[in-house]
Amino acid sequence: MTSVLDALNHGLLRALTDDPRVVLLGEDILDPYGGAFKVTRGLSTAFPQRVLTTPVSEAGMTGLAAGMALRGLRPVVEIMFGDFSTLAVDPLVNTAAKLRWMYNEQVSVPLVVRTPMGGRRGYGPTHSQSIEKLFLGVPGLRVVAASHFGDPGELLYRAILRQDDPLVFIEHKLLYGLQVIDAAAASDFEIERTGSAELFPAYRLTVRGAPPPTLTLAAYGYMAELARQALVRLAYERELFAELIVLTQLAPLDAAPILESVSRTSRLLTAEEGSLSAGWGAEVLARCSESLGNRLAAAGRVAAVETPIPAAAGLERSTLPEVDDILRAAEKIGAHPHV
Amino acid sequence: MTDALALYRSLVLIRRFEETILAEYRRGAFSGTTHTYTGQEANAVGVISNLQPNDIVVSNHRCHGHFLAYGGDPRALFGELMGRATGVCGGRGGSQHLHWRNFYSNGILGSTLPLATGIALAEKMQGRQTITVVFAGDGALGEGSIYEAFNFASLWSAPLLIVIENNQIAQTTPITLGLAGSIAGRLAAFGIPTRELDSSDVLEISSTAQTLITDVRQWQRPQALILNTARFGPHSKSDDTRPAEMVDELRRTRDPLTLHGTRLEAAARQTVDAEVEALVRSAFEQALIDPPAGGAI
Repeated sequence: MTSVLDALNHGLLRALTDDPRVVLLGEDILDPYGGAFKVTRGLSTAFPQRVLTTPVSEAGMTGLAAGMALRGLRPVVEIMFGDFSTLAVDPLVNTAAKLRWMYNEQVSVPLVVRTPMGGRRGYGPTHSQSIEKLFLGVPGLRVVAASHFGDPGELLYRAILRQDDPLVFIEHKLLYGLQVIDAAAASDFEIERTGSAELFPAYRLTVRGAPPPTLTLAAYGYMAELARQALVRLAYERELFAELIVLTQLAPLDAAPILESVSRTSRLLTAEEGSLSAGWGAEVLARCSESLGNRLAAAGRVAAVETPIPAAAGLERSTLPEVDDILRAAEKIGAHPHV
Repeated sequence: MTDALALYRSLVLIRRFEETILAEYRRGAFSGTTHTYTGQEANAVGVISNLQPNDIVVSNHRCHGHFLAYGGDPRALFGELMGRATGVCGGRGGSQHLHWRNFYSNGILGSTLPLATGIALAEKMQGRQTITVVFAGDGALGEGSIYEAFNFASLWSAPLLIVIENNQIAQTTPITLGLAGSIAGRLAAFGIPTRELDSSDVLEISSTAQTLITDVRQWQRPQALILNTARFGPHSKSDDTRPAEMVDELRRTRDPLTLHGTRLEAAARQTVDAEVEALVRSAFEQALIDPPAGGAI
C-alpha cells in the first residue's frame, strides 16, 4: 500500500531522475524539513543542484519558473498553501498561460505549480481554502487535481514530463495520508477508467453488484473520497444507487465522462470543497444542461458555505461539505427509484 | 559603415518608425494601442548594440525601440500593429507582445523582471554562455514583483543586466509622485552593482553598457544600469499631460539623434536619413498590403 504523499514524492523523484531539465522551487523544501507537507522529502539530498529553496516570494518564484520553462527547463513550483496561490495569479495568468498563444505558437512554457488546497485541519481562513476555481477557465492554463484513485504519482509525473503547457496541480491536505486506491485495492466498490483522456484520466466508481444507477455523483480531489463514502452509504442504507465520476483534469474541462453517465442516470450531483458560486460544479452542470436538455431530470451542487473558513473545529465542520451533505442532497434530487 | 554611423542608423530607424506609427494612427492605419519610444532611442541602441547573437532581451510595453535595435524586421512590426498575418506574432500579440529569436516582450509592468531572471538562470544552469538584458521603466518600480526578482537575481547570481529607463513619468504621473527614496538605493539594497547615467548620448550609454555586459558575462552576476532619459511623445497615443514647453525643451536638449548626428559628416548622415526614410516607408507600404490575420477584415 502506498500513501498519496509517498506516491507524489515518488512521482517527483522519478521526474528528477528521468529528465535533467526538471527543477523544483519552493519554500522550505530542502531536507531535513522536506516541505511543509513533506512532498519533497529526500529530493534535495538526491538532487541538490535542482531542488532550490526560495525566499517567501510566490509571485517571484512563479515568474522565475515561467522564464526557466521558456528557455528549456521543466520547473515545478511548490506553493506551500493553496491560499497563497493568489500571489502567483499574475505570472500564471498574464505570463505563463499566455505566452505560447500570444507568441503565435513559437514557444512553450512547461511549468507546473503544485499546491495543497483544503481545510478540515483547523488552519483558519487563510490556510484552508479550496480556491482552484480561480484558475478554471483561464485560456492556456491546465488545472489537474490529484485524488487517491488511480495513480497520483503518475499523474504528477505526466504533468511535469508528458505535456508542455503551464499546469496547476491541486493536491489536498487530507489526501496525503490516504492510501492510493486502484482497481485491485477497491473493496465494496468497483473502479474503472472512463472517457478518452489519456494523460489525466477520469474514473467511474460503482457499488459492487448494484442495479443500474439512477444518479451521477461528480467530484475531484478529496471530495471524491467523501463522495465515495456517500456512494456506498446511499446504496447500503437507502437503496439509492449512484455512480461516481472522478475527474482529474478540471480545466480545460472535458465533461464527456460525466455527460455519458448522466445520459444514463438523468440526475447529477456535484461535490466540491470550494465555495458554491461560480464553482466547478456550476460549470459541470452548465455543460450537462447544454448537452442533455430535458434528459437532465434533476441536479444539485454540494459545496462550502460562502463565508471564510473558520478555525474552530465545530464552525469549520458547519462550513465545509461533509458526507451527510451529499446524502441529503442526493435524496433531495429524488433519485430514489421507489419514491 | 562605421560603428558611429551604424549607431546613428539604428537611432534614426527607431525614430522614423515611431513617428510613422503616431502619424498613421491618426490616419487609421493602426488600431489598438501603442507606446512609442521617441526620445529614448539611445538607450536601446546603446545597450543592445553590445550584445552577442545568442544573448536575450526581455522588454516591456514600450518595446518597439528595443525590438528594432535587436534587429527585428520593421515590416513585421508594422504588420503586428496592423493585425497582419505577417506580423511578428501573426497579429496575436500586437504592439506590446513580441517574440522573435531571443527577444520577448510583455505588457504587464514588473512581470518581466521575474521572467527575465528565470531566463537568465535557465541559461546559466544549462551551461549556455548567454546573458539576459531586461528593460523596465521607472513606472514599473511600483510593482512588488520587481523586488522579488532583484532578490532572486542577486541571491542566485543570475547573469542579468537590469536596465531601468527612467523617463521621469509613469503614463501621466511624474516620478516625484510615485517613487520614494532612489532607484539606485533600491538596487543597492539587494547588492546589485549599479551605474547611473543622465545622458541621451548613444556613445556614452554604449560605452557604459559594454562594461556592464562584460562584467555580467564574466562574473555571472547581475548588474544594473539606470538611464535617466526623456520621453518625447505621449505615454500612448495622445495622453501627454506635460506642458508643451517642457517637452519642447526636452527635444531641444535631449535628442539622441542630434547629439550623435553632429559627430557625423553631413553627407553621410543625409544618406542614412534618406535610406532609413525609404526603408521605413517601404516596410509600412508592404505591411499595408500584407494579408490580415484571421482572414478578411
